[in-house]
Amino acid sequence: MKGLRQTEVLVIGGGPAGLSATLEAASLGCHVTLVDSDLALGGQLIKQTHKFFGSKDERAGTRGFKISEILLEELNSYKGTVEVHTNCTATGFYKEDGVVSCVIGEDEYFRIKPEKIVMATGAQERLLPFPNNHLPGVYGAGAVQTLMNVYGVVPGKKVLMVGAGNIGLIVSYQLMQAGVEIAGIVEAMDKVGGYWVHAAKIRRLGVPIYLRHTIREALGDKIVEGAVIQEIDDRFQPTGKEIKIDADVICMAVGLTPTCELLWQAGCEMVFVPQLCGHVAQRDLFMRTSHKDIWVAGDASGIEEASAAMVEGRIAGVGVAKALGHGEASEHSGRLEEFKRRLADLRGGEVGQKICQGISCCTVNEWGV
Amino acid sequence: MDLIEKHPILEFKHSKKVKFSFDGIEMEGYEGEPIAAALHANGVRIYRITPAKEQTRGFFCAIGKCSSCFMVVDGVPNVRTCVTPLKTGMRVETQLGKGVIPMDA
Repeated sequence: MKGLRQTEVLVIGGGPAGLSATLEAASLGCHVTLVDSDLALGGQLIKQTHKFFGSKDERAGTRGFKISEILLEELNSYKGTVEVHTNCTATGFYKEDGVVSCVIGEDEYFRIKPEKIVMATGAQERLLPFPNNHLPGVYGAGAVQTLMNVYGVVPGKKVLMVGAGNIGLIVSYQLMQAGVEIAGIVEAMDKVGGYWVHAAKIRRLGVPIYLRHTIREALGDKIVEGAVIQEIDDRFQPTGKEIKIDADVICMAVGLTPTCELLWQAGCEMVFVPQLCGHVAQRDLFMRTSHKDIWVAGDASGIEEASAAMVEGRIAGVGVAKALGHGEASEHSGRLEEFKRRLADLRGGEVGQKICQGISCCTVNEWGV
Repeated sequence: MDLIEKHPILEFKHSKKVKFSFDGIEMEGYEGEPIAAALHANGVRIYRITPAKEQTRGFFCAIGKCSSCFMVVDGVPNVRTCVTPLKTGMRVETQLGKGVIPMDA
């Protein structure tokens, strides 16, 4: 293992939140090291071909992968002060000395000691328990998007989508754009969870949406050959007849949960918030956690849309700059106010209410430091 | 290879085509793209067999987190093929069980 590296700010995760945190901190004069476990920066943005909702400030109407390109172009202007490592996983935080261990690829380890850290580690997909869910062909929705939208690989011939939230609907539509047949969409609730515009597109194309249905099992010996689905009652218990569906891919779009292992390791105060889809770190208005040197942003701080992740990243970026003494106090407060306004715009709707409720459960005005 | 030919929004810019082998069979893929994506494009779905129950595993999370796509690459087991870039001449093999760590490396 090589010697200990130093950096002013370490941003872990180069998705919408991490990129935004990096840009904001760099714009205020911070030296930043950005690490991302994927082969390219941009996180989930690079596989999102749909036009964003949200607000004008957060580029509503622009496709996700284009937003990523815009952020990466902005990053180019900080070549002297931002160091980027891709295919680089932060594997541990050692709270005794504040050192973070990272590995590039499979075996090139290094240790780094940052003054401040922004954890923008994103989310991971949930899976449902059902027989044979281990079979090749049961894929996460994010994984399917990666295959087809980033690498141009056809994920399968016929896909059964599980989950009619926004991700399930959008990915179904994207699969059809890539020429793949959708056998149907299964949704346990009695209504579509995602935006109606997405559902309408799917319905117009004749794809059946099975509401109040669940997947009972995947069929196949070595790989997925189909699935059995069944209607469920109000208590989510199977009822009615089983339907057999032919498919070579079962795509799971049943939600995400924050990736927060490093926050746990750091001993940050954590709280379970259902509205934010899992355990999240308590944070102040600048997204600083209970650990005085650690900030959090994006899905790692609670599952929401990429638009909000970008603003949270900006806020965390201002937060670390402020703590490091970069930039004027008036600038920090001015930018914070501006970003708070933009978040409020994004969270104005019905979905936003739930998010706001969740955030109120894990936000403190100020840490008593 | 099973690639998307026409897409209403995206234009795929692949890198250089290279040759690699899967269980001794020669295949083609794009340099720098994940091994798992190259295999999938070649119709390979089964990446490993689990140690205890001998079940099949394949592609799953695509972000290097779930261990489903572990394979033996150039003799080294437990390589996360979804985030390991393909190189020319790579020897990729289905992983049986836990794999054997080469001790002479």
